[in-house]
Formats: sequence, structure tokens, C-alpha cells
Amino acid sequence: MIQNMEKKGLNLTLKIWRQENARSKGSFETYQVQDISPDCSFLEMLDQLNEKLVDKFEKPVCFDHDCREGICGMCSLYINGRPHGNDSGITTCQLHMRHFKDGETIWIEPWRSRAFPVIKDLVVDRTALDKIIQEGGYVSVNTGGTPDGNALPIRKENADLAMDAAACIGCGACVAACKNASAMLFVSAKVSQLALLPQGRVEARERVTRMVSKMDELGFGNCTNTRACEAECPKEIKISNIARMNREFFVARLQD
Amino acid sequence: MSCFCLSSLAKKLIMSISGAFLMVFLVVHLGANLTALFSQELYNEVCHFMDTNLLIRVMVPVLAAGFAVHIAFALLLTFQNFMARGEQRYAVAGKSDVSWSSRNMFVLGVIVLGFLALHLFHFWAKMQLQTFLGLMGMDAVPNHDPYTLVRELFGNPVYSVVYLIWIWALWFHLTHGFWSAFQSMGLNNANWLPRLKVAGTVYAWVIALGFSAIPIYFLFF
Amino acid sequence: MVKLDAKIPAGPLADKWAQYKATQKLVNPANKRKLDIIVVGTGLAGAAAAASFGELGFNVKIFCIQDSPRRAHSIAAQGGINAAKNYQNDGDSVYRLFYDTIKGGDYRAREANVYRLAEVSNNIIDQCVAQGVPFARDYGGLLDNRSFGGAQVSRTFYARGQTGQQLLLGAYSALSRQIRKGAVKMFNREEMMELVLIDGKARGIITRNIVTGAVQRHSAHAVVLATGGYGNVFFLSTNAMGSNGAAAMRCYKKGAFFGNPCYVQIHPTCIPVHGDYQSKLTLMSESLRNDGRIWVPKKLEDAEALRAGKLKPTQIPEEDRDYYLERRYPAFGNLVPRDVASRAAKERCDAGFGVNETGLAVYLDFADAIRRLGKDVIEARYGNLFQMYEKITDDNPYETPMMIYPAIHYSMGGLWVDYELQTTIPGLYAAGEANFSDHGANRLGASALMQGLADGYFVLPYTIQNYLSHEIQVPRFSTELKEFDDACKSVQERINKLMSIGGRCSVDHFQRQLGKVMWDKVGMARTKESLTEAIAEIQAIREEFWQNVRVTGERDEFNPELEKALRTAEHLELGELMARDALLREESCGGHFREEFQTPEGEALRQDADFMFVSCWEYRGADQEPELHKEPLNYESIKIAQRNYKE
Repeated sequence: MIQNMEKKGLNLTLKIWRQENARSKGSFETYQVQDISPDCSFLEMLDQLNEKLVDKFEKPVCFDHDCREGICGMCSLYINGRPHGNDSGITTCQLHMRHFKDGETIWIEPWRSRAFPVIKDLVVDRTALDKIIQEGGYVSVNTGGTPDGNALPIRKENADLAMDAAACIGCGACVAACKNASAMLFVSAKVSQLALLPQGRVEARERVTRMVSKMDELGFGNCTNTRACEAECPKEIKISNIARMNREFFVARLQD
Repeated sequence: MSCFCLSSLAKKLIMSISGAFLMVFLVVHLGANLTALFSQELYNEVCHFMDTNLLIRVMVPVLAAGFAVHIAFALLLTFQNFMARGEQRYAVAGKSDVSWSSRNMFVLGVIVLGFLALHLFHFWAKMQLQTFLGLMGMDAVPNHDPYTLVRELFGNPVYSVVYLIWIWALWFHLTHGFWSAFQSMGLNNANWLPRLKVAGTVYAWVIALGFSAIPIYFLFF
Repeated sequence: MVKLDAKIPAGPLADKWAQYKATQKLVNPANKRKLDIIVVGTGLAGAAAAASFGELGFNVKIFCIQDSPRRAHSIAAQGGINAAKNYQNDGDSVYRLFYDTIKGGDYRAREANVYRLAEVSNNIIDQCVAQGVPFARDYGGLLDNRSFGGAQVSRTFYARGQTGQQLLLGAYSALSRQIRKGAVKMFNREEMMELVLIDGKARGIITRNIVTGAVQRHSAHAVVLATGGYGNVFFLSTNAMGSNGAAAMRCYKKGAFFGNPCYVQIHPTCIPVHGDYQSKLTLMSESLRNDGRIWVPKKLEDAEALRAGKLKPTQIPEEDRDYYLERRYPAFGNLVPRDVASRAAKERCDAGFGVNETGLAVYLDFADAIRRLGKDVIEARYGNLFQMYEKITDDNPYETPMMIYPAIHYSMGGLWVDYELQTTIPGLYAAGEANFSDHGANRLGASALMQGLADGYFVLPYTIQNYLSHEIQVPRFSTELKEFDDACKSVQERINKLMSIGGRCSVDHFQRQLGKVMWDKVGMARTKESLTEAIAEIQAIREEFWQNVRVTGERDEFNPELEKALRTAEHLELGELMARDALLREESCGGHFREEFQTPEGEALRQDADFMFVSCWEYRGADQEPELHKEPLNYESIKIAQRNYKE
């Protein structure tokens, strides 16, 4: 708090991608923001810019956001060359302005991927990720008629590994960070979670086959093991999940 | 099966199997080369064995196919990956904390391939190829003293330096390629990743130092 | 009064639900295919309901305002989900869970609904496990439990600090499966603007596509509203930015009664406000109160020095610290229920002992726990939370106490529903936080997830059939009917009006003003005067809004300003309704605290003789006051007592 008293507002130059809609051609626009508190979040900085734009009767910058506590996966933004900005294990809504220097220029771009077309400004369409989940990212049980929760003991280690994988928030940072725009980390997280649990093993083969082929069909790139996804994942999901998915896939296809 | 080969994971599997095969080849090649450091006779004898042994004769076209597959899939994957980014690319280059070689495998591969052509022209065309041509009843100039050929070429500092550059590009390619092959084959997890990375680094150093020893030896001794 | 029939089945409490299921009407499979259901919202209740309807064979359309159903704010729940499994052999039972929930709700919830909730809680756990939700397990491979505020047993199931996320993803996966099957059609980035009634029954909705701005029509035989709560009326809350009470308000204006709007929950452990630019408040898990000790300085001069930054909290000696929860509530100490802890913090800050630059914060100190258990243990328990706190505030909670302050977290009130979760509009159902039903005046921790999933998986799929069984002869509705035309026109007019004002102030300006009035006068402590003032002020803000709001951009495009304006317009009415309800309720109970009604020790004082009812508000037009209806609460199985967390 003592430092708080001395903290000075930041003056920043923002280079923001503006694009009217999915069909139009976009470009970077330059904006200046003044006296931004280092304690405010990146999205709150954009809120302040937008309030100024509205004051001038200009259209505010559109960006996706919702929970603002790092769990819903809605916020995106490629900030100065990194999805979710220059800090690890966080989403853009958890990025604070104290990570920037006074006078700095910040480039803000939408996620870039053929599978994520831009809708407007910094907003992209990530329904491709939903479509992959719809291909098998579930256990086929109907409501009701399930056995007692404790009927099936599960090794703690597996339950924990499944939870690590299940922590994925579906933000798409892995795709945005990957030079190949590959969705392997996302897909493998769901495949792994369900492959590690006995409930999910029953249809593990069909699941991995279908999800991978959907992923390919939607135009995501191939994995070249650069590990950029892992470095940028706000939930720090590991590429060991990709190895597990590979294994699951080959075993499944060998048995076909 | 055709459908399987075109899936993203299978393409990577093919890259990793062909890559692993080439890595085994590098070890055999290095073993043969290193004999040149010990004696002219031994080296010439090894070369002769390589020219005439039946297994080796069978493996040469397999090896060529290994290269071809590795290169063809690298081209295919790189093209697809380029397309996956979409028309509009990032204005700011990625600043994620990743290893340089992992992002530049294709470039490194092209460098390796370029020198490979030179290398085939320098040595293979004058050594094993001649024996094979002879076997096929074509005009051939069998080389009975490959040692001298090597010695003369590496006596020229220009070639020695060119080869050293090549070998170190290969080092970068291998540091990523080794563990990456295991990863793509699905033979990896959180415990094994650091071990594989260490093994890959050791392997790359052994290969690079071993191959570097030869031009350096002939340049100075 | 005539209109309100809660339709509680006859018979002993424990048999009511079984009795209902045994005698309700069902729809046969061939007929299910002919019936359409609209579900609005994809949180726990909405996704679970839509997936279950799809499995049964109904045609379902589901809507969400985000880019994916997986973003719903249920995802942010951290702590856990309650169930009466008694796996710990610590004496838990359905009755005990029921009793704790009623007591925690300060005897303002409906007995039959709460009992059913406790009853199906066990099925929820089984269902989620079968879906592959990775609940925490012990080394034997069985499910682990933790304890939570307001209960004496360990009945909370959890998945690290992300239980809400995991349960939502479970429901989302079930939903995804039905989408693939074609049983459910998903509409994302589509906001409900209006409910369409035909002959007094809910028959469809009008939506606005957030990307294109297109106003669209959807018809169905029944509509389920699962749009969550209205905490964002306060502007700053722990809700997501997009969470809003607009859809519920739109139904209210079409004739659905609004139940107990004044009951909102304030969560005691949030990161304090740090500036005018702040957009939302972040919750720190309540579990922190298990080991953290809450205090403020005893001396006013210390508090001033701390606020001015001249002193550090670690420099305040032990004897000058006031551990006010331990002082006031020796038995429960720092673990008193949320409302009690929140009010105690406000009381200290109002008395001038608050810390932080704003004076609106108290300390949550782990120094003792670290000394007692070691840093490793604390790190293992709360490492993630400490890290999150440090990322936000730049303070290291291992070295300096955390600062916390209460914030709006959950709304217990919502659309009034009967035992079948049907609102006063036939064919319109409300589930999860959007209805008022199960938490009374205060919700216990780990009960929101339980209620959302209970409604979605285990209640609606039964009760909605009881209604739809009468609809099997009704053919699908054309969206060209006059009722749809009218509803569409009214939406277009509302949008046009907002776009044409072209005033001086942004939408956020008005929402912020409303939030301030709400927090200051309809917040943690309310009085007759403050509420009367609030009503007048909100009316003034509303008037100003309709004359002076500035909405930039176009109507037919992706326009977040317009989205916000449409929601704020509803919040400006909802705020007033909340104040009215709070003014009416001349008692203190749960999350509703009227300063006039407290014990000499400052505890909430209920007035059971006069206020043991659900207040249900009927809309009577824009220029008229809403009409109050009362649903009396009859407690047959429970002995009413004053809540006491002292002994």
C-alpha cells in the first residue's frame, strides 16, 4: 500500500486491430491512453479507452470478456506477441497494467487462425472448439440410472491427472500461440481427462478417432511440438496430454 | 488406411518414425567415419564393406526412401501449417518462451538437406554409388582409396568450415527432433519428458562432435 | 392471492416428491418428438435441463449470450457442491441437509422444495461422477469431502478450487452430446429480448443476435428460463460482466411474479475495490476463513495511519488488533455464515476502523496459521488462492495480511415458481439462480451448484412433462402469428428508442450510478429512510437514462454498448423493485438486514408473525406500482428458531 501512494499513472500507445465485421478488411488503429493505474487490469484499461471513445461518439473497441476472474475462457487478445499477454498462468482479464512500462506501445491483435475467423475487431469465432467437443468430448450417459458415486474407486493419481487436464477453459490460447494454429493441446486435454477415468474408457477409441478427425476437418494445423501452447496455456496444461492422445489414437486405429 | 495416413496425428507419426530411422542411420554413419581417425586401412576396409555387404545394399534404397518420406511429409505439414494460420498473420512475431530450434525445424531441415546434396556429390557419388553402378553393369569408377578422397577434401578449409556449419545445423535439428519423435509417437509423459530431452541433447552432441572431429582432424593433421 | 398456488403435493414431507413422480402425467415417446422446448441460458440449470430434455426425446432450442455454452457463470463457483451422501459416516442425512438449508435460509424458504433438493442431491453426485467429473478422491480411490460454513458435517464434494467449472463442463458435455445427436439446437451469442405469450401461455421468445443485431423469433410449447441472477444491478459484484437480470425482468413484465427480489447475498471474502475504473470484484474462496483470522485495528489512529500508508499492518501489535468475529461470536469465530461476517465487516468499517486507502477493507491474516502449521501446509491448502491474490493486488499474503471486503455475490430472489418450477405464466419455467425457490433469505455455501443441477437434471425433466402432456394436441406454432409480430415490434421499438436518444452519458455511467445507490442504500444494511430515498433516486436515474443515454454504433451490428443499454434499462426497474421489496419487509432475515430490526447485539431480528411469507410482485405497467401477493410459508416439519452462531 505504501508503494500505491507513489504509483504513477501510465501513458500508453495502443495499436489495436479494428475490423468492422467478418467480411471487411481490418487494419491497426493507434490510440493514446493516459494516466492508467498500474493496479487496473488490462481489460479495465480497454474499458477506459472505450469510455473515451464513446465520449467522442466513436465506436468502442469490441473484445470478448465475461467472468473477469480467469475461469470462463471468454477473454482472448494477442498482446505484444503473446496470447493473454506477458505473464504466465493467467488470462487477459488477470493481466495487470503493472506489467507495462510508462510510454510503452502495446500491440493488441485478435487470435489468428483459419479456424477462428474474426467477427469484429478483437472478437473471434471459437465455435470450432465446441464442434470438436460435440464429436465425443463426453461420456455417453443419460440423466438418471447411474451407479453410486463410490461404486467405482479411481486411483487418486489418475483422478488428479484427469483434473489437471480438465482444468482447460477452452479459451483457444493454445491455438493462438502455436505457429501452426494447432488445437492439439485443447483436444488432448479432453481426450486425456476421459481416457484416464474408467467412466471414459468405455468409448475412448471412438472418442479420440472422432475428435481428431473433426479437428483436422476444421482446419487447425498440425503439432510440431514447439510447446508454445504449454507456455501460454492460462491453466498450464501439459503436452504430456498430447502424447497421451497420440498413443490413444494410434492404439485405437491399430485395432480398427 | 489412406484416411489414417492423412490424419494430423498419423502424419506426425510418419515424421517421427522416419526421423528416428534417420537418427539410427546417423549413428551407423558416424561409426564408420570415426574409423578414419585411426587408420587409412581400417577406413578403406569399412568403406569396402559398406559397398559390398548385402544388408547394406538392401538398406540404401530404404534409407533413401526414409529421407524422401521425411522430406515429403515435412513439406506437406509445413504447407498445411502455414495455411492453418489463415490469411491475416500476426503483426508482432510470437514471443512465447519456446526453444528456437522447435520453431525452425523446417528451415533447419532445408539447410541440412542443402548440404546433404553437396555431401552426396562429394563423397557418396564417388564411393558407394560407383560400386553400385558397377554392380548394375554400368560405367563406373570404383574408388579403392576413399580415405585419400576424404583427406583431400577436408584439407581444404572452405569445405571443412562448410561441413562444420552443416553439422551444427543438424545439432539444432536433432536437439528438438529426438524427444519430439518420442512425443509424436505417444511415448512420452511428464516424467519422461526431461529424460528424453537429456537423452536427445546427449545424442545431438555425440553426433555433432563426432562428425565435427573428422574435418577438424584432416584440416589440422 | 387466488393466483398463487404453490402446488405442493399432499402427504408427509419425505414422501411428497415420490408421490408427485408416481402420479404426474407423462408424455409418450412418439409425442415427445412433436413438442418443442426453449431453454434460455446454458449454466448448470439450463445445460442440464436441455441435455435431459434432449435425452428424453423433446426438441430443444437453447440460447446463450456468450460465444459458447461453456462460458456460463456457473463456471466460476469455487468451493463445492453439497450432497447428503454421508460417505464420511458423520451423521449426515437428507433430513439434515434439508434442515441446514432451511435454517441457513433463515426460515424463508419453502419446505417441500428444499426437501426435494436435499433428496436429489445424492443423484447429482452419481450423475456427475458417471459423466467423468474429476471430483477429489482420497488414496483409497473414493470420493473426498470437505466441510463448509453453516454445517456440522463434511458433505461438500469438490474438484480442487474449480468445482463449478467441472460440473458445468459435465453438463456442457451432456449438452454437446445432444447437440451432436440433433436433439438440441444451440444458439450462441443470442440474447432473449422478449417472451411471447399466446392465449396466456408462454409460446416462444424473441431474440437479438449479438453478432448481426438481427431480431429473431422462436416458438415452442414451453420456455425454461435459466438465466442466472441479478447481482449486477449493483454494478460491482462477483458476477461475470455479462450476467444480468434482464431476461427475468422481461418475463416479469409479461406477467410472471417476481419473488423476494430484496434477498441478495453478500460474500464476505472479496478483494476490496481499488479504483473508479474497477469493473468487477473477485471472490476469494470462503475456505480461507478456515485458517485466516479477520481483524481491524483497535485504535482509530492506527486505522488512519494504515489508510494513509504510514503504517504497515505487520507493525500493529497483537494487543491493538480487534479480532472482531472471534470477539463477537466465540463459538463459530471466523466461520460464521456469510451474511453475519459481511455485516460485521461493514460495521467495523462504518465505525472508522477500515483499512486500505478507501477505508473499506478488513484484514484476513494468516500469520498465526503459518506459525502454527508452517508455510508449506498453508501453501498446500491455499497456494492457488494466494497466488491469485498476489497477481491481482501485488501484495504477498504470506508476508502481509490479505485485505478483504464484502461484495454482492448471489441473488436468492428471482422469478416466483411453484413446486413444479413453473412461474405464474403457464408454460414458463424458471430454474437455478433465476428462480427464488430454495435458499430463502440466505444461501449456504456449496448449495448453488446443488440447486442448479437439481433443477436441471432431476426436477424439470419430470415436472415439465406434467404440463406438456396437455399440449400434445397443440401443433407447432408459426412465428408469423400476430403475437410474434407484436413482440418483435416492441423489441425493435425499444432498440430504436435507445439508439435515437443520443444523449451525453455512457451506459456505464448510469449503471454505475444505479450500483452506487443500490450498494449504499439497498445493500448490506437497509433502513426505511435509505430505501425510500433509493426508490426516488432510482426513478430519477431511470428518467435521466431514457433522456440522456448515449449508445454509439449501429443497431444491426455487433454492438456491446447497445447490449449493455438494453440490460441496464431493465436493471433500472429491477433495482427499484428490490428497494420496494426491502422496504416492505420490515424485519431482518438472512441477506436482508434492516437496521431497525436487530437484537441488542446487532443480530438479524426476524418478525415471523408478520413476514413469514414470500413476497411476490406482479407487474402492473410502467407507470404503476407493482402489486404485492403473499405466499405464506408453512413449516410443518421444522421448529422455527432464531439463528444463533454464538454457542
